[in-house]
Amino acid sequence: MTQALSQGAVAPELAAEFPALALLQATVERGSGSSPPEVRARLRDLSDRMRGAQALALRRQPVPWAYRVFFRHIGLDPDHDRVPVEAAALERLLKGSFKSRNLLDDALTIALVETGVALWALDADRVQGALELRAARVGEPVGRAPGALPSVPGRLVVADARGPVAVLFSTPAEGHGVTARTTRMLLYAVRVAGVPDIHVEEAFWLCRSILLGEREAD
Amino acid sequence: MEVLDPAGVAAPPISRSPATAPLRGVDERAARASLRAQVAKLERDLGLALVGAPTGVAAVLRAPGLAGPRLLSLGELERTRDLLAGQLGSVRRALAEVAEVQQAKRLLIEAMLLDPGAHRWVRVTHADIGQPGCRSWHVRPRLGLIGMLAGWWHVKVSSGCPLPGGRRPCRAPRTT
Repeated sequence: MTQALSQGAVAPELAAEFPALALLQATVERGSGSSPPEVRARLRDLSDRMRGAQALALRRQPVPWAYRVFFRHIGLDPDHDRVPVEAAALERLLKGSFKSRNLLDDALTIALVETGVALWALDADRVQGALELRAARVGEPVGRAPGALPSVPGRLVVADARGPVAVLFSTPAEGHGVTARTTRMLLYAVRVAGVPDIHVEEAFWLCRSILLGEREAD
Repeated sequence: MEVLDPAGVAAPPISRSPATAPLRGVDERAARASLRAQVAKLERDLGLALVGAPTGVAAVLRAPGLAGPRLLSLGELERTRDLLAGQLGSVRRALAEVAEVQQAKRLLIEAMLLDPGAHRWVRVTHADIGQPGCRSWHVRPRLGLIGMLAGWWHVKVSSGCPLPGGRRPCRAPRTT
């Protein structure tokens, strides 16, 4: 069972700078596991569709372009720190196919390649309160694992009520990601200017339907 | 390029009067919005310029991220804009150089066809003129050594890429 898509908070200084910026999230009442054959087959089909020409043309498409622009706006170089869908395409070219890892990773990859919108997953039971997109404060560590290093002040992070759980556009900090013991997952995505809502919603819908083993017609 | 017109992003005049401080903030927001729009346009132009560019042209673009995702200051936004403008300029120059070389090769093909004898053994491939495929134009003598001695040169146009199956297997030698 999945709860409806909800919107997390965006810090006022960020919202003033990027009015279209949004943090969207949804809970999925299950953990990960191994991928069933149909998900692995779907990943193979996706690999066949993503060839060099498509990968090269990605940066001209509206959604990857919107993320590239946002990366520039927040001080990232998308030719170095690649936007998620370009990183996935590059991995596909280097490895020859999208490799199946586990149900969650496969679902995230399929949703990413199909829509261009990246989703990340947190262990919902380790998240306190609502998620927020904000700048890290002085001395604040990313993640609550013992030995977590303090973040650079001002770095953009995804935080819950107790502190940052991930750097923006990065994988969740240690201790917050989905593990074999996870029973509830919190999916989140970052929408930026130029990315239509329908793409974000479709990414969540795709990921949810794969995780819950629903048929697309449902 | 109008997007790089410095007049559009000029810093507002700085006033020492506290009464005008909020106004200055508003002006900075406008400048930041303008810079972000310029960055977006430059990023699009860069993407368009790079599509179809030969391998190697994009190599000029890689630059490590500075300090992770953060809210950029006005100066950092200006530097980002300038960096992108510089990259776009470099890519366009590189593309223009490549186009010049390709044009010269096209002219060379015409000259080879007009006067093969003056271009002995010269070979131009599709890659040289920026075309996909394996076709090539090669000035060779007719009838091998005889043509070479007699000065019978002609342009041999290859038939394209090898078949995916590779070479036909050699016939087994006759035993009888």
